[in-house]
Order: sequence, then C-alpha cells, then structure tokens
Amino acid sequence: MAQIVVEDLRKRFVVAERRAGMLGALAGVVRRRHRVVEALAGVGFRVDEGELVGYIGPNGAGKSTTVKVLAGILVPDGGRCEVQGRVPWLERVEHVARIGVVFGQRTQLWWDLPVVESFELLREIYRVDRQQYRVRLDALVNALDVGAVLDVPVRQLSLGQRMRCDVVAALLHAPQLLFLDEPTIGLDAPAKLAVREFVRRLNRERGTTVILTTHDMDDIEALCSRVVVIDHGRISCDGSLDHLRERAGVGRRIIVDLERDEPLAPTDARVVSREGTRVVLAFDPVRTPAAALVARITREHAVRDLFVENPPIEEIVARLYGEADARGEAEPRPEPREDPS
Amino acid sequence: MRAYVAIFEARFRALLQYRAAALAGLATQVFWGLVRVMIFTAFYASSTGAQPMTLPEVITYVWLTQALLMMLPWRPDPDVEQLIRSGNVAYELVRPVDLHGLWLARAVAQRTAPVLLRCLPMVVLAYSVFGMAGPAGPLPALAFAVSLCATVALSAALTALLSVSTFFTLTGRGLHSLVIGVLNLMSGAIIPLPLLPEWIQPLVRVLPFRGLLDTPFRLYMGHLPPEAALQAVGHQLLWTVLLVLAGRWLLARALRRVVVQGG
Ligand SMILES: Nc1ncnc2c1ncn2[C@@H]1O[C@H](COP(=O)(O)OP(=O)(O)OP(=O)(O)O)[C@@H](O)[C@H]1O
Ligand SMILES: [Mg+2]
Repeated sequence: MAQIVVEDLRKRFVVAERRAGMLGALAGVVRRRHRVVEALAGVGFRVDEGELVGYIGPNGAGKSTTVKVLAGILVPDGGRCEVQGRVPWLERVEHVARIGVVFGQRTQLWWDLPVVESFELLREIYRVDRQQYRVRLDALVNALDVGAVLDVPVRQLSLGQRMRCDVVAALLHAPQLLFLDEPTIGLDAPAKLAVREFVRRLNRERGTTVILTTHDMDDIEALCSRVVVIDHGRISCDGSLDHLRERAGVGRRIIVDLERDEPLAPTDARVVSREGTRVVLAFDPVRTPAAALVARITREHAVRDLFVENPPIEEIVARLYGEADARGEAEPRPEPREDPS
Repeated sequence: MRAYVAIFEARFRALLQYRAAALAGLATQVFWGLVRVMIFTAFYASSTGAQPMTLPEVITYVWLTQALLMMLPWRPDPDVEQLIRSGNVAYELVRPVDLHGLWLARAVAQRTAPVLLRCLPMVVLAYSVFGMAGPAGPLPALAFAVSLCATVALSAALTALLSVSTFFTLTGRGLHSLVIGVLNLMSGAIIPLPLLPEWIQPLVRVLPFRGLLDTPFRLYMGHLPPEAALQAVGHQLLWTVLLVLAGRWLLARALRRVVVQGG
C-alpha cells in the first residue's frame, strides 16, 4: 500500500533582495526587489510501506523543502500530496502524531533540560502510555547507546550524542513513517555507522518506512534499495542503485597492473586513465561480459594484478547532477543560498 | 491538556533557574521604585489642586508596579522568537499539539516565574521600609487576587500574539518598540492611570492595557470598590479572549504562508 503519494508538487519562495551598499539599502526602503526561487517545480513519486528510500540531490535542489511539505510544516503552492491517506498540512495534528522527523541540522530536544526530561515531555505530548514508554525508551537507548548521557543537559552534548538522542526522540511514539533529513551530517565514522545500522534494523525488523536525505553516498549505498534524485526542484531519476548506474552510463571498471610498460587498448573498453603500468578501463557489462574481457586481457598481455569494480557512487551522482545541470541550462537557476544548509 | 501543563511546568522550572538575573533585576527595580516615589512626592508637594489619588495611594501603586513589572508582555517569548528566527519552529510544527495553545502555556510560565522570583522580596521590603500599604481589606484583597489571575491570562495572550507576530517582522524591531511605548503609557507602568489627563481616559478605559496593572492595583487599594470587581475582571477576560482569537487567526495566516527558515 502506498504510504506516500506525491504528484506535481510545487513550491516557490519569494525572496526580498537586499541591494548592496548604502544607496542600495536606501533604494530598498522605497522599492524592494523580489526574486522567485522555484524550490519544487513539479515533484512526483510514490513510496510503499516498508521501503527505505534515499532522497538525494545537490545543495538547494529541494530535498528539505519536500520533507517539510511531507511533514506538514510547509504548505505547497500546488500539486497533490497524501501521506498515510492524509493531506499533511490540512490535518497537521493527526498527521504528525504518526510520523517521526529528524532534521539533522536542528534539535528537537529542549536546550536547557537533561535529555531524559525532554523525552518525558515528548511522552506527554505524544500521549504515550507510561509502560510502553519505558519499554521503548530502554530499547532505543540500548540500540543507540545513549544511556550514559541521559542526565546531561542537551547543550553539553557532542554533536554525535545529540544526533543519536534526536533519533531516539523521533521514535518514542513508534511512528510507522520516518523522515531523516541529513541525520549523519557532521558525525564521525563510528557515530555514522551506529545511526546507519540502527536505521537499517528499524526498517528490516519493524518495517518502518524511511525517507532518508543525505549527502553521504555511503549512507545511500549501505541502506537504500531505492534512490530518488531531485535536481532544481524536479525528479531526475528514480530507481535502484543499479538503475542509477545505468542511467549515469559510467559502466564498470577494470584496473590492470601490467608487468611492462606497453600499450593496452581493447576495442570494447575505454581507457579512463593510465599511470605508468596501471591502466584503468571502463566497459559496459551488458555488452561485454567481464569474464570475457578479463580472459582476453590476460591472454594478450603480461598482467601482474587485475581487479574489477563498480565506480564509486559519488562519481555516478556527480555525473547525474552534472547531466541535470546541462539540461537545466535554459531555465533560470536558483542562486547559491546564503545559509550553509 | 496534560501536554500543555507539562510544557508549562518545564518552562517554569527552567525559568526559575535564572536566580542571579532575578537578584540583579530586583536591585534595579528597587532603585527605580525609589526614584519614582521621590518624583511623585515632589510633584504632590508642589501641586495645589486636588488629585484623583492621594500620595500614599500613589506610593503603593508604584511599589506594586515595581514588584509585578515582569508580568507585562514587554516582548515575545524569547524562545519562540528564537525558534522562528532560526527555523527550529519546524520542530514545534511536527508535534501533535495546537501551536497557539503551546505558546500560550509557555507564555504563562514566562509571565509568572520571573515575577515569582522577584516580587516576594520586593513586597516585603517595600511594605516594611518604603511605605507601601497593605490591601484595603479582605474583600479588596480577594478581588485583587482574582484580578491578578486574569492579568496573567491577559498578559500571556498578548505575549503569544507578539510571538506569532515574529513570523511577520523577522527583521524589524519596529513593532516591539511601539509595544513598549504603548505598554508604558497605557498600563500605568510609568504614571498611575488615574493621574493621566481627562481627555485620554475614555481610550484608556477601552483598551486592554489597563488590565495588566491598573485594574488589580486599584482593586487592591480599594480605589475601585469590590463591587466593581466583576466588571473590571470581565473587561480583562473579554480582552483575553479577543487577543487569543486574534493570535490564533494570525498564526493560521502565518502557517499558510510560513517560511521555515533554513534547510
Ligand atoms: N525559507 C526560504 N526562503 C527562501 N528560499 C528558500 C527557503 N527555503 C528554501 N529556499 C530555497 O529553495 C530551494 C530548495 O531548498 P532546500 O532547502 O529544499 O534544498 P536542499 O535540497 O535541502 O539543499 P541542501 O542539500 O543544501 O540541504 C533553494 O534554492 C533555497 O534557496
Ligand atoms: Mg536540506
């Protein structure tokens, strides 16, 4: 059953432009100039129950805007959007009682309270029964390993500790649908792994539907069976990682270390780079089976070492983003944003 | 309801932590109280005509003002203001509660906790040393207590309205300085309202601001008889309801076009 249905979603922001300098400021008093940013220009996708979807795109693509609309925080200008059968912004209170949201760059914990008191407040707000709360809290605290910081005021937590506590906070009411907007931003490797592993288990074991926004392609590779790419407010690609690879047309890689410095240029592969005796070739695994290519190379050349790999997902994504850029050339591009988010 | 009470309690407890600030504020308020009493004493010594209030009444009024100054809705709830500026209001919106109700609960804490920290020592000091009188009798005392509760409600409603207005005045401070001016003049915070000129009195009587200080104080001193309490408190509550409705209306509008700042 579809948990999320989005069709032709649109949202524009009107930004008052400040002019530079004193004269500009004076002119601004008289007449303000406005600039329209088309954050969502007709976004559409569906998400079924139990899916774990990666939602990626370059800075300013519209990811957070989409999440805000789905979470009932932002009213779009047009299009259809239903989450669990509800229109988020029309039935905000009923809607948000059944979803969990983590905005990685913010915290929903009360700054000057110890963590556990924030959790208690959330228990009251979501009307979770005391018994259930105990059980859930214990499980979450164990899974995310935050037992040691429960009595610490939030302002004293490290980023990683805070983020894990925020994830706990978002799940105390056991939502069936979870939005994670950059949950691993700024985390060190162990903290990232902990959050990642937790999200994986949440999805596998509890069947929680997860929409994950991130710039960390390792997150995507580790977690997501499906990836939706948004660029300039439009969906540019929607499918599995393999589908993404195909779309980007970057093929597979074969890296060959030759014994001698000799030319190597098979007809059905492209030389990507060559450094001394190391040659990197790209080929299309559908047209050229890897085994045949490897066999031919080892027969015709003296090879010391050889391995086949998928190109790093960063490269695929860079290729996809660039492609969308090329297509979007004709349209006015949103300017770079001032805030770092 | 439990949720709102919990929010109120959390906020209230957090605010009670600011004891050092309260102590400093107490000293300032005592100082200004003394200055104001001196000014009024000089004024009464030099004026010949009959005044609508006696000097001892004015002195009591001044000390009550100093004790309850923090109850006035001087500015939006600083936390809510910060939430809106930073975009963290996003998280307020993903909670299954009525946002205006939530902010009202916080505003009640905001308008009571700091007062609680300051008013008791202030009243004891003013009563024993600086010539503040007690309530005019048991009935005026009761009327004062009831009216003071209505004051908290009224002040919280105004605070919540100001908080909501932050959505529209993200950068401008204009509105807030206007509010401070109006509050100072129209609530009796600077000059007891009975001493204001005759021509402005009709306006003062209609506006909500007298309910923030003047109404409970005059009930306390018996300057308004206890029989008038019903009408006086009615005025406070009517305005509370109107301001809550205005706040809700404005918030609904804000949320339609709201722009949550930042990614
Ligand atoms: N409150 C706002 N006011 C004006 N413009 C906004 C606002 N919020 C977002 N935008 C604009 O909408 C576009 C999409 O922003 P959004 O935050 O959705 O991007 P994002 O995909 O989350 O980017 P990032 O990866 O940097 O977080 C951007 O061009 C941004 O400038
Ligand atoms: Mg974002």
